Amino acid sequence: MIRFLLNRLFLIVPTFIGITILAFAFVRVLPGDPVLLIAGERGVSPERYQMLLEQFGYNRPIWEQYWSYLSGIFQGDFGTSVSTKRPVIRDFLTLFPATLELSFFAISFAILLGIPAGVIAAVKRGSWYDQTLMGTALVGYSMPIFWLGLLLIIFFSGMLGWTPVSGRIDMLYYFPATTGFMTIDALLSGQDGAFVSAMRHLILPTVTLGTIPLAVIARQTRSAMLEVLGDDYVRTARAKGLAPHQVIGVHALRNALIPVVTTIGLQVGVMMAGAILTETIFSWPGIGKWMIDAISRRDYPVVQAGLLLIALIVMAVNLIVDVLYGLINPRIRHT
Amino acid sequence: MKLMKTLLAATAVLALAAGAAQAKTLVYCSEGSPEGFDPAPYTAGTTFDASSRPIYNRLVQFTKGSSDTEPGLAESYDVSEDGLEYTFHLRQGVKFHSSDTFTPTRDFNADDVLFSFERQWKSDHPWNAYTAGISWEYFNSMSMGELLSSIEKVDDYTVKFTLTRPEAPFIANMAMDFASIMSAEYAAQLEAAGTMDLLNQAPIGTGPFEFVNYQQDAAIRYSSFDDYWGGVQPLDDLVFAITTDPAVRMQKLQAGECHVMPYPNPADLDSIRADSSLQLMEQEGLNVGYLAYNTTMAPFDNVNVRKALNMAVDKQAIVDAVFEGNATAAINPIPPTIWSYNTSIVDDEYNPEAAKAMLAEAGVENLSMKVWAMPVSRPYNPDARRMAELIQADYAAIGVTAEVVSMEWGEYLSQSSLPDRDGAVLLGWTGDNGDPDNFLAVLLGCDAVGSANRAQWCNEEFDALIQKAKITSDKAERTALYEEAQVVFKREAPWLTIAHSVVFMPMSTKVTGYVMDPKGTHAFDGVDLAE
Repeated sequence: MIRFLLNRLFLIVPTFIGITILAFAFVRVLPGDPVLLIAGERGVSPERYQMLLEQFGYNRPIWEQYWSYLSGIFQGDFGTSVSTKRPVIRDFLTLFPATLELSFFAISFAILLGIPAGVIAAVKRGSWYDQTLMGTALVGYSMPIFWLGLLLIIFFSGMLGWTPVSGRIDMLYYFPATTGFMTIDALLSGQDGAFVSAMRHLILPTVTLGTIPLAVIARQTRSAMLEVLGDDYVRTARAKGLAPHQVIGVHALRNALIPVVTTIGLQVGVMMAGAILTETIFSWPGIGKWMIDAISRRDYPVVQAGLLLIALIVMAVNLIVDVLYGLINPRIRHT
Repeated sequence: MKLMKTLLAATAVLALAAGAAQAKTLVYCSEGSPEGFDPAPYTAGTTFDASSRPIYNRLVQFTKGSSDTEPGLAESYDVSEDGLEYTFHLRQGVKFHSSDTFTPTRDFNADDVLFSFERQWKSDHPWNAYTAGISWEYFNSMSMGELLSSIEKVDDYTVKFTLTRPEAPFIANMAMDFASIMSAEYAAQLEAAGTMDLLNQAPIGTGPFEFVNYQQDAAIRYSSFDDYWGGVQPLDDLVFAITTDPAVRMQKLQAGECHVMPYPNPADLDSIRADSSLQLMEQEGLNVGYLAYNTTMAPFDNVNVRKALNMAVDKQAIVDAVFEGNATAAINPIPPTIWSYNTSIVDDEYNPEAAKAMLAEAGVENLSMKVWAMPVSRPYNPDARRMAELIQADYAAIGVTAEVVSMEWGEYLSQSSLPDRDGAVLLGWTGDNGDPDNFLAVLLGCDAVGSANRAQWCNEEFDALIQKAKITSDKAERTALYEEAQVVFKREAPWLTIAHSVVFMPMSTKVTGYVMDPKGTHAFDGVDLAE
């Protein structure tokens, strides 16, 4: 197991270097001179243009820029935002808990509903339940997040008035961000109703962000279960006279979960992309919305640091998934 | 005894709740996050709405709802005969805000004025580069560095600005956001503590609202400043709920989660009008959308060709299709909300037949040209591609072939400025300070050829008028000069003036006292909330 882990960790180094190059190159192939974009309709004199170029360091040779970027990263310096003039890492750390909180709820929502739904669909294969469920999953999977979010807002907040439209908590509540997780901070604040308000604000974004992973997980669980249920050992277990819930819940599900765990890991990467749209729609102050703003402003330091940090998170999640995978499936550890 | 205690506690809670219910909190669904709370390094209106408008004041200020200026932190000012010296007489007894870490020991005085400008002006000033990558965009783009010769403290309540050349728009500049007055005492405290960047995060000003807290990308909180020199505000608290998506802002407004929102989707205007709990304010924006010919290139160097092309375009159709009716067809290069707007000018008539005849008379046949369409949406032009296509069709009707071209925005801005540019360019402008000079000189002056003057138009008569107006401090005289300049502009037709867009502000009917600002900022002093 330790060797397996070391192997995985060792692979991270070249991947990391590769991502720094990609992130660095990506923002530079985006069309649009950041200095000209700052100047806008007014235009900028050649002298001032040169001055701003120098100030941002964009006049230096490209490899030099890359080197100072890379050496900065290893010293924990991710640069300073061109627009806000704040250190990028500080903004990231302020905003990331919001994304993490939303992603946590969304993935929990997807897993807690997706796995049982997939299991039931597999067990009752071909029934109206199975067909409705898989049809719904297909719709959920195909629905653009932006549109789904807006529809949910218009229906549940606008027409029914059940949920708040956007934001993380009612404006009535105000307390310091101790952890950055609104639900936890609300509990810590001790203010009456704050926690409930934070939870109510989470409902629609969670559903919006969780729908695609939910659909994917449900479908994956269903097909994995179907495969396992046809296996000999399941037949044996049934023949032994084990109760159906034991056969399905203990024997079949444990093996069916192996591909599902991989899927869940991959969904984290997908969710980072989904978070960008979900956060924009729900005015959720996380890193997704932050990145979108930075791209439109050609704020290079923010975009490249954001890309890198998100990639690191996805890599970390994949590592965790690999480890989990080893735990669930002992066969993998020896290969 | 225990019961008694519980009862007492319950009463206390009730009393608190009642107090809270009485506090008037206005929630404004703002469209984006401020870049910082020191307005001077930034240029975005969103930043000014959150910083300079609620928190700070300036020596002179814009009269609410107009582009005129009135006394602010300076009670009055004198201009020397030669127009070079401006002496400001400061208001006495003006208090600065206080915070957890700062308690002012003195009132506003001349030191604060010197600090506020010198930090932007002098490159050796300790605050000139107080955070990494800071630059003073507006101070520079308004050419304040070259304009200022000295700033002197005559006494505690008198400051004298000496200019290098007479420049009447200087007063309008002093009302701009970058000219906000900071506390020199607070700055000194931050400098001593080595926490200079707090100036940009925990602002202290003299304005109607005190900064309370900013939750990044989520909300900004302010409370009314009890010692505000302009009087206590009707509101107790002001909250900006940052909501980027216009459709979501609209839902929040309808759900009562906020009271005021800027920049509605044009498609939502009808449902806002139909909602009895909402009111919709509107005003022509401080902007102009135009099509600039390259007046140095044949055949566009011929005024009759330009006139003919102007007469070929159906502006009303553009207003209806591109702006969905939410604009007025533009006649002059400045919008009607700016003083000196010349109401006597008659627009070129839409007449394709006459246009065709004029072209033939000018000896232009089978003209084919480029029409540049911006790749971005702006208040003065929400959909340039569509606009270009309408112009293309109108041109086709008089036998002119137009090719629509577009490119990335940064490229567009620089390429369109080149003196040998091929074709006519769609662009526009949103004013900075409500002074006519800020449109006429910036966009059409001879100095701006090769940069913001996209028509590459240098007309001696026009330029003499605007240069004279620039150095004249008497406003009536300036008005007459600008009115005449607009006559020359219309006669020479370097642009097709297209439209001034209309700006909308939907708000709850509970909101009273809100005044729209023609410059497009959003300010909440004097605003009240009915129960």
